[in-house]
Amino acid sequence: MEQEGAIGIEHFLILAGIVFTIGVFGIFLNRKNVIVILMSIELMLLAVNINFVAFSAYLDDMAGQVFTMFILTVAAAEAAIGLAILVVFFRNKGSIEVDDISSLRG
Amino acid sequence: MVVQAFAFYLFAGILILSALMVITARNPVHSVLFLILAFFNAAGLFIMLGAEFIGMILVIVYVGAVAVLFLFVVMMLDINFADLRKGAMHYVPLGCAIGALLLFELITLYGMWQKSPTLQANRAVPSEKMADLTNTEMLGTILYTDYIYAFQLAGLILFVAMVGAIVLTHRTRPGVRKQKIADQVSRKAEDVLEIVKVTSNTGV
Repeated sequence: MEQEGAIGIEHFLILAGIVFTIGVFGIFLNRKNVIVILMSIELMLLAVNINFVAFSAYLDDMAGQVFTMFILTVAAAEAAIGLAILVVFFRNKGSIEVDDISSLRG
Repeated sequence: MVVQAFAFYLFAGILILSALMVITARNPVHSVLFLILAFFNAAGLFIMLGAEFIGMILVIVYVGAVAVLFLFVVMMLDINFADLRKGAMHYVPLGCAIGALLLFELITLYGMWQKSPTLQANRAVPSEKMADLTNTEMLGTILYTDYIYAFQLAGLILFVAMVGAIVLTHRTRPGVRKQKIADQVSRKAEDVLEIVKVTSNTGV
């Protein structure tokens, strides 16, 4: 895959970089809304997965795809636990604002 | 080559646009739907790279489970999302600055990146050794042999996550009358029945 004009690994790396940056930016933009923050984290994990699969494909090394599966597992577990905490928090407080979550402090 | 480039730019463009819509949409339901679109396009890119199994897993796990879970939670919670966006613009300059810096650093890093001469020898699982197998067969071959402990650990993580989610959200409701079969079976006549000799004209 080294021909002129072909889609190289750099294309995928830059794409993953852009998606990761959008995820980071989403955390700043939706600073109050925990649900969208969780979605931004999913976007960042997706960017990492794109990196892993791109390297796996261009280096002909299957280990990258195996690790992508483990990232998927951890992301699914994280989403389940995060949303469960969110539901419990909403039941107790009646809101999901990030500023309200700091009530445990001191 | 042209078809490949066209497919890449199509999937990548829609992926970036839908990722932007995820973080800027006013309604979180729209955010979740754009997240689903983003995952679909990422799955398309994975299939383009020859990682069919990961692409399919992405559709099944993310679109089928995680995104629908998000959708359930967004729709279940009765929240005024307009209030949550108040003052959000306050953080845009800082977010833009950090995002731009991060992107600049990442692109600089990718621009400098070069293949090491020992790269080919350092690969963990070279796939030429299994060239006659399909992608799914290759993944299965190494996942259940070389990575068996990690695989079992992944199962354990999912199990703990399942138990944790149930423990967190389960609540016992007072005042619900449930049939307790053990109590019914172990009930004895002497526990509940009292035979009283009633003398006449006195009552019990």
